[in-house]
Amino acid sequence: MAYSEKVIDHYENPRNVGSFDKNDPSVVTGMVGAPACGDVMKLQLKIDGNGVIEDAKFKTYGCGSAIASSSLVTEWVKGKTIEQAAEIKNTDIAEELALPPVKIHCSILAEDAIKAALDEYKSKQAK
Amino acid sequence: MNYFELFNFSPAFQIDLTVLAERYRELQRTVHPDNFANASEQQKLLAVQRTAQVNDGYQALKNPVRRAEHILFLRGIDISHETTTVKDTAFLMQQMEWREALEEITSVDDVASLYDEFSDYQKLLTAHLSLMLASDNVNDWSMAADDIRKLKFMIKLHDELVRIEDALYD
Repeated sequence: MAYSEKVIDHYENPRNVGSFDKNDPSVVTGMVGAPACGDVMKLQLKIDGNGVIEDAKFKTYGCGSAIASSSLVTEWVKGKTIEQAAEIKNTDIAEELALPPVKIHCSILAEDAIKAALDEYKSKQAK
Repeated sequence: MNYFELFNFSPAFQIDLTVLAERYRELQRTVHPDNFANASEQQKLLAVQRTAQVNDGYQALKNPVRRAEHILFLRGIDISHETTTVKDTAFLMQQMEWREALEEITSVDDVASLYDEFSDYQKLLTAHLSLMLASDNVNDWSMAADDIRKLKFMIKLHDELVRIEDALYD
C-alpha cells in the first residue's frame, strides 16, 4: 500500500520521539493500544501551571501510519491549552496525513492517546 | 451465518479439533463443484457459495481467537476492533516492555525465554476467556471481548518474535 508523502516524512523523521521523566509532576502519560493491528502508543505531555502544553513526546510500536499519527499529534498539541488539545479529532489527523480507510484506526489511536493523557491530567488536578 | 450449526457443533469455546477437521472434509466433499458438473447453473453457483462458506467456517472455528469472536458475534456482541482502543495501562506497559525486549534480542536464548513468557501469558488469557464465554452474564461477555483484544496483541508479539527468530538464522 502506498503511504502519503506526509506519512513517509513523519515516519522517516519522527518528531519528538522519547520519554519524559514520569516522576516529573508536570508530566502526564496516555497509553493506548489498537487491537486491530497490535499497535501500542505512549504519549506524554508536559503541562504548565496555566494548563498549556509546553512539550510532548511519544513512543509508538506500530505501522508507519501509527507512528506518523503520533508524531503529528506531538507537533499539534505543543503550545495548545488542554481544552484546545481535547478538540483534536481523529478525522483531522487522518485528513492531514491522507490516511486510507484501513489506517483510520491509527488516527483514532492518536486521538485516544491525547484523551488518555488529558484524563490523567484531570485526575491529577482533582487530587 | 452460524458456523457452529454448519459444522454440527453446539456453540462452545471448547471444541474437538479432530472432529472439526473430519466434518470439514465431509462437507467439502458434499459441496465440491465436481458433484455438480451436470447440475443447473443455479445449483453450480450455490455449490460455489457453499464451498466458500465451508472454508470460511473452518478457518473461523479452527482458530481459538476467531472462534471466540464468532461466539460473541452470535450473541450480538460487536467487537469492533477497528474503532475500539485498549486503555488498560498495566497491560499496555507490559506490551511496551515486551516490544523493547524484542528490539534487544541478540541470541536464540533470548528468543526462547520470550516465547515462554508470551505463551504463559497467552495461556492465562485464554483460560480467562474460556471462563467468561461459559458465563450467562452479559458483563462477562464484554470481559471476554477484552480478552480477545489482548490476545490480538499477543498474536502480534508472537509474529514479531517469529520474524526476528528467522532473521537470526539468516
